[in-house]
Amino acid sequence: MNKEEALISYVLRLGDNALVLGQRLIEIVANGPELEEELANANIALDYLGQARMFYSYAGELEGNGRGEDDFAFLRDEHEFKNFLLVEQPNGNFADTIARQVLFDVFYRLQLEALILCSDERLAEIAAKSVKEIRYHLRHSKQWLIRLGDGTEESYQRITKSVQEFWRYTGEMLSGDELDIAVKKEWNGPDLKLLKDEWQKEVALVLNEATISLPEEQWMADGGKQGHHTEHFGYVIAEMQHMQRAYPGASW
Amino acid sequence: MQVVKPKTGSREREEQIWAWLADVPDPEIPVLSVVDLGIVRSVAISSDGVEVSVAPTYSGCPATEVIEHSIIAELQKNGVENVSLKRVLSPPWTTDWISEAGRDKLRAYGIAPPEGSMSKRELTGIKRTVHCPRCGVDNTTLVSEFGSTPCKASYKCDECLEPFEYFKCI
Repeated sequence: MNKEEALISYVLRLGDNALVLGQRLIEIVANGPELEEELANANIALDYLGQARMFYSYAGELEGNGRGEDDFAFLRDEHEFKNFLLVEQPNGNFADTIARQVLFDVFYRLQLEALILCSDERLAEIAAKSVKEIRYHLRHSKQWLIRLGDGTEESYQRITKSVQEFWRYTGEMLSGDELDIAVKKEWNGPDLKLLKDEWQKEVALVLNEATISLPEEQWMADGGKQGHHTEHFGYVIAEMQHMQRAYPGASW
Repeated sequence: MQVVKPKTGSREREEQIWAWLADVPDPEIPVLSVVDLGIVRSVAISSDGVEVSVAPTYSGCPATEVIEHSIIAELQKNGVENVSLKRVLSPPWTTDWISEAGRDKLRAYGIAPPEGSMSKRELTGIKRTVHCPRCGVDNTTLVSEFGSTPCKASYKCDECLEPFEYFKCI
């Protein structure tokens, strides 16, 4: 993989994470427990979609084959998406949704903060734009994590279970593969070893405040970054891509 | 109706274009123009036409495309041909870009304008106080960090009890 190919794949992976998590949150639009949460969820989903569009447009320009944001979102198959397994996990109950948000967004915010300093100007610009939105999301999701953990017996049990269940999907997010190493070397990208330390510290802190015990070291699932997904993912893109598959080229 | 004669010098021409852009409303908060909102970064005139640089507010804001179409339509209506738009991401838009006039218009419209400077707050960590756009007191409560559009949060006034929206600083 040369320097340019590495950048394209990396930008696509960023877009995939944002798109898939955005799509997951869109599934629960109009199901919010109260109006404020409904708006919060829809706003957050919209930010991820906007970020995915910026990443995909840029990947298309870099690739130079005429593919654009819609082609990446609607016309690729399961194995071509390289998002983390974590973001494709089902919404479950509200505690599950919140736990997934915190575990992912702490990482994503650190990743974007590091990317602001990378040597590719456009990627640094997209990161600078996106990181402000992710910080805002975290204010929301961390508050909920703390409230649920330090809340009632029922909410404590549920959020603890959610964190435990998602924990196994955090491993691939925090361990660098060939592509992470290439982007670090060629483009001054994030150092995943440093990111992992910072992520662990920050997550331990918020779990502690939420009175949730830190999950023990355990077997970690991986494969998302290589396009090997959990069984849930096929259903996510089946719904997302349905229109383009049924009516190719449809637009309005 | 007064007919505006196109000005000839490029400096005057640029000012004229800015004046026209000041008539293009934000689709979601129509009291604000795209210039008040601070999303028009530059106007460049060359022999190829006019290039307007626009900075999006929030990444997913669905108003972005509408704004871009309105800018092109407004300039074409005034006889400007070959209008092109450039999206600029850097430096990223923050509420610090909203003009003083824009803040006054927001307040008059019933939306509390962003208070203070976003960048200063990041440096000093000072907590914001939000004034009620109706009665002006700072005795207000945050109801939700999110609102009806990506750029707003929901508040209520503890004095006059009115719910209102706050143009959030991020």
